[in-house]
Amino acid sequence: MPAVIANNLTKQYGKKKDIVQALKGISFEVEQGELFGIIGPDGAGKTSLFRILTTLLLPDGGSASVDGLDVVKDFKAIRHRVGYMPGRFSLYQDLTIEENLEFFATIFNTTIKENYDLIKDIYQQIEPFKDRRAGKLSGGMKQKLALSCALIHKPSVLFLDEPTTGVDAVSRKEFWEMLRSLKKQGITILVSTPYMDEASLCDRVALMQNGEILSVDSPEGVIASFKQPLVAVKNDNMLQLLNDLQQFEGAQDAYPFGEYHHVVLKNGYTGPAVADYLRQHHYEHAAVQTIKADIEDCFIALMKSEKH
Amino acid sequence: MTTNNTAIQAEALTKRFGDFTAVDAISFEVKKGEIFGFLGANGAGKTTAMRMLCGLSIPTSGKASVAGFDVYKQTEQIKRSIGYMSQKFSLYEDLTVRENIRFYAGIYGKSDAFIKEKTAFLLRELHLEGEANKLVRSLPLGWKQKLAFSVAIFHEPEIVFLDEPTGGVDPVTRREFWNMIYKAAESGITIFVTTHYMDEAEYCNRVSIMVDGRIDALDTPAQLKKTFEARSMDEVFLKLARKAKRSGD
Repeated sequence: MPAVIANNLTKQYGKKKDIVQALKGISFEVEQGELFGIIGPDGAGKTSLFRILTTLLLPDGGSASVDGLDVVKDFKAIRHRVGYMPGRFSLYQDLTIEENLEFFATIFNTTIKENYDLIKDIYQQIEPFKDRRAGKLSGGMKQKLALSCALIHKPSVLFLDEPTTGVDAVSRKEFWEMLRSLKKQGITILVSTPYMDEASLCDRVALMQNGEILSVDSPEGVIASFKQPLVAVKNDNMLQLLNDLQQFEGAQDAYPFGEYHHVVLKNGYTGPAVADYLRQHHYEHAAVQTIKADIEDCFIALMKSEKH
Repeated sequence: MTTNNTAIQAEALTKRFGDFTAVDAISFEVKKGEIFGFLGANGAGKTTAMRMLCGLSIPTSGKASVAGFDVYKQTEQIKRSIGYMSQKFSLYEDLTVRENIRFYAGIYGKSDAFIKEKTAFLLRELHLEGEANKLVRSLPLGWKQKLAFSVAIFHEPEIVFLDEPTGGVDPVTRREFWNMIYKAAESGITIFVTTHYMDEAEYCNRVSIMVDGRIDALDTPAQLKKTFEARSMDEVFLKLARKAKRSGD
């Protein structure tokens, strides 16, 4: 039995003139023990989806189940079984670290001691400060406490809504290491993020945009479905180079990508054709290399094909 | 001293809160028209440094000038010469597109004629003519961010401070946003920008990286990668930020 099933979920907000279609028929399944990423920018519908799956919001249409239980009918039972870490820090600022954790344990009729093993690796990092109030903690420490609180009742499915947004690159890496080790303990994890580079750390991902899922696959699968030839190009004057690349007749798309520009080629065109074109335009030293697509290349391609 | 070619100059700029040194004697210079990336881990002191440069917080010691004005004595002149935009706060959601433009331009004391002419131009440029009288709340995030940037430079400031302007924005809009940054820089506006996206660090002319209140590295992206023997800016950042002793926010 899949840990999570979403079947044609829809949700809209507002009325008459001001309607926002947050979810436009979302369907996917998450297997037990899977680390599943929902990757998409702000406004994609990630939070609405998580709130429906954690029974905090009713869908307008469609159905969903968590751990085999219906998100509408069995909401009470689901609440015992899921852990939820919302995007905004939502612990009690005026309680200490230990008091917050105790509070959440008590609500779920358990104790810190009973499930200490599960949170040990994470909680030990903040335990030396357990008498400090949550409101006085640094961002990284708040995140560790929030994760500990979401885990203290030993949930079977863990929902993490944008845990790494606004977090620097070092803390992001550490957070993902924590998730990998939680996965080893058999917990199903759904995590949403706007950072495309985090997709590669998931078992499978759903790429989401404007209330729709563009693709559900393993990171390797998403990349393999990128069929067009792709080259990375670099030169001294990157701005001029981009303009010239966009004029190239063999280019379907060209956009900046870190220190390179990526050029998606039309079928039949290859790297050497790009190099020839650049030589004709007096780029003597432009470095052109054929590369494998990144998740972000895939996302851009999917977004642009949706618009057509 | 500030020369004509300098937009920002800081010398041993320091801010202490009690025993805590948030910004520890940072020195750097930003040239006019430069795109300057201001990176650092959470809690490294970026926000405090930016607040001093925007004239919102008086330094404990050290010197700095922004657009030729002193950060101790001429904070009002500084505020008039800069633009500011952040991911968290930029536009009023319950005002229309046109009202937001009018409001910000009014704050900066622009004439009605200037506002009228430039508003028309800006709406055309952003393809927002049809949305001019809609509430900002109803715009997609990407459009909001692009509009917020245009509003931040509407009064033609010398320098614009961008605090994580592209957080959470989709990859296509993120690139359109950077295109606007390039255009603004070409027109002579100095760009001072923070970001957590390391690919965006590559789009800057020079990048500084703050660790524990100090600037531990400052150079072009290419030179930083050479110096730290790293393949990407992400690696440079990790090498430096991992040394940090203090943590987050």
